[in-house]
Formats: sequence, C-alpha cells, structure tokens
Amino acid sequence: MIPASFDYQVAESPEHAVALLTEHGDEAKLLAGGHSLIPMMRFRLATPAVLIDVGRLQDLRYINATNGSIAIGALTRHSELEHSKLLAQSVPLLASVAALVGDPAVRHRGTIGGTLAHSDPASDLPAALLALGATIVARGPHGDREIAITDFFTGYFESALADDEMIVEVRVPVSTGGWDYQKFNRRAQDWAIVGVAVAQGGSGVSLVNMGSTPLRASATEQALASGASVAEAATLAAEGLQPPGDLNADAEFRSHLARVLTERALVAAGASST
Amino acid sequence: MKSITLAVNGTERKLDVEPRTLLVHALRDELRLTGTNIGCDSSSCGACTVLVDGQSAKACTMFAVQAEGTSITTIEGISGAEGAGLHPMQQAFHEHHALQCGYCTPGMVMAAISLVEEYPELDDRGVRHGLEGNLCRCTGYQNIVNAVLACAGAKEEQS
Repeated sequence: MIPASFDYQVAESPEHAVALLTEHGDEAKLLAGGHSLIPMMRFRLATPAVLIDVGRLQDLRYINATNGSIAIGALTRHSELEHSKLLAQSVPLLASVAALVGDPAVRHRGTIGGTLAHSDPASDLPAALLALGATIVARGPHGDREIAITDFFTGYFESALADDEMIVEVRVPVSTGGWDYQKFNRRAQDWAIVGVAVAQGGSGVSLVNMGSTPLRASATEQALASGASVAEAATLAAEGLQPPGDLNADAEFRSHLARVLTERALVAAGASST
Repeated sequence: MKSITLAVNGTERKLDVEPRTLLVHALRDELRLTGTNIGCDSSSCGACTVLVDGQSAKACTMFAVQAEGTSITTIEGISGAEGAGLHPMQQAFHEHHALQCGYCTPGMVMAAISLVEEYPELDDRGVRHGLEGNLCRCTGYQNIVNAVLACAGAKEEQS
C-alpha cells in the first residue's frame, strides 16, 4: 500500500531534529533507515504527519573505543556493526547478532538507534544490548541524558524516549567473556520466534519475543550467580513471564523454547569463555 | 512535491516527487526503468533490490526523497555501455540456468552483485544466508547459488 501523505523535513543536525520534534510533537516521527517505520507506514499502522529525516547525519555514524566502552553513533547501520573489527574484538556478541538481522539489504539501511527507538520485542539487537547492559544517550531540548537500557523499554513498541528526544549514541561496555546468541525461527529472514542472548558467561541473559519488551531472564541470571548448574538455571528462563501466543507459537511452546535455547546459549557461552 | 537529484545508472536525474513516493515507484513510473520489479511490496521478497551507493537495498522500503544525492544502480545499469555484453553475474545466471520465470532475477542479480562485494570469501552457506532476503518461487535456489559461487570465483562444493 502507498503510505499516507506526510510533510518531509531533513534534519541538518541532531539539534535541528530535536527542534523539529519539539515543534511538531507526537505528530512527527524520526526517519533513520526506515526499515521498521516504512513498512508500518505502508500498512498504515503508522501515519505520521511529519517525517524528520535524520538519515543524513553522517556525524552519528561511528564506532569508537572510549574508557572501557564502545560508543556507537545512533545512525550506525547494522552492516557496519557486523563488519566492525573493533566490535568483533570488543563486543563480539553485538557484531555477531547484527549479522543475523533481516538480510543484507536490510542491514545496509537499518540503524542501531532506529531499532532501539522502535522497541520491537521481537528484534535481535535490542535484546543483545539488554544482555550487554548498554546505555542509551538521548538528546532533547535541554541537552543529553543517559538512559540505562534496563529502564529503556517500557511496553510493546514503547520506550522511555520522550516525544522531543532522539537517540544520539549507544554505549556498550567492552564484553569479551563467554557469549552466544540463539535465534529460533522457521523461515529465512524472519524475526525470532524466541531468541536468547548471553553475555559475559551468563551474567547477562536476555530474551527476544518472550513478552511485550525485550526481557532479562532474571531468574536464570540469579540462579547462575548463586552457583546453580547451567541446566538448572536454564529451566528458570521463562519463570514469571507471560510470552505472547501467535500463529508461530503459543505461550507454552515459547516458554519451552526459552528454556531450551537458554541452555544451548549458556553451554555455548561457557565453552567460548575458556 | 519535493525536487530531488540523484544519479541513476551513472546519469544525473532530477525528479519532482511526493515525499511518500517510494524509490521503486520513482524508478518504474517516473524514469520508466521497469526492470526493477515489485513483488511482495513489503520488504520481504527482494524483487525490487537495487544498489544505493553500491550496496543492495530494497527500493520498496525507501522513499525516493531519501535517495537524494545518492547513486542508484538498477538492473538496466550493470552491463555497461550498449553492446558491452552481460555483467559477469548476469552471465553466470545465464550459464547456470539460474532462473525460470525470471521475475525475481533482476533483484536476485543486484543482491548477488552486492553480496560478492561485501563478503569476499563466500561459500554455499554464505550465499544462501546472504540471499535470504530474495525469494524465488521457481528454481529451488540451487542454480542461483551455483551461479553466484561461480561468479564469486569460489569453489563449488560437490555434494
């Protein structure tokens, strides 16, 4: 379907984008790579009156090492994460997960800031960043603020970003301990029916598509921290969660997948940390 | 309407488009470059794959205004000058019988050209993973994979 009409504005800087957001409020949406937003506009699930194109802000495309963290500009594309030597050395989980998003054409356009702002619980990168304990830097009319990723996802496709804020940077702690990502799907190029990301040998375990937001598998993390075996900890992966049911999988099957995939990911992460 | 300037197959083009005009519609309807097909129209099938600044992109999932200032290559633009013959990837598709109805082929060829540039050491698995965003409903993919591997200069695996 052809999207509904909208007014198109090109942001010349992050500050200009914020000014335009402030002017237009919730009538406006930021357009980065567009690979979540444009399909939604085509299905008329999103009908913003104003699109603010931030896709030309080349200054927000970078991957830099700073003080034990890797700073990633919000407009950095998935393919750039995938091919980054710095990321492969410093946060291999993130580079590896980026290579599993969509397909190459999607990865050439999709951005890390866009995927976070979209806050799809079925997305790969938000869950990986959750396991890694990333920090999101949001710019608003009164400057920048840092949002811990554990506070960022607030509901189904909803985040802690205000209407007049844009993500400018994502900071990820260097994380070279045991890691793995398990993505279960049935069709090529599809979203995960369930996914599990493990960082730092199990101190960060997060789940894709097991609720209305990306989630930490807290019961599993706590069990591991208290000395439980991998098998015991993995049985707790879906503890207390209410996963969605859809045509691909009902809630019970999703819980089963979460347990099985968590065990596989933990085993793989343990193996790679020795 | 917005005025945009972009290079299409090496020629600068100026267009007046509605902001909501998708790149694939601008290419097909405004520039009459109908080699780029529309399949699923929802960024799944890859029939509309073109190169944006040398990298594969789905032209149904970009607004034409986003292509302002970029260099677009479509299937019409890969064989070079008139009479220069097929692009090596087209030639490989031809030799390996990598198409039947041909509907997916322009997008498949463009995605494959981008793929071999991006991943220099492709194997069978890499080609299959790399082309997962391009659907073919005829061939079962085997000959497409063979063609891409041949073009990439990779050794074809004997099963």
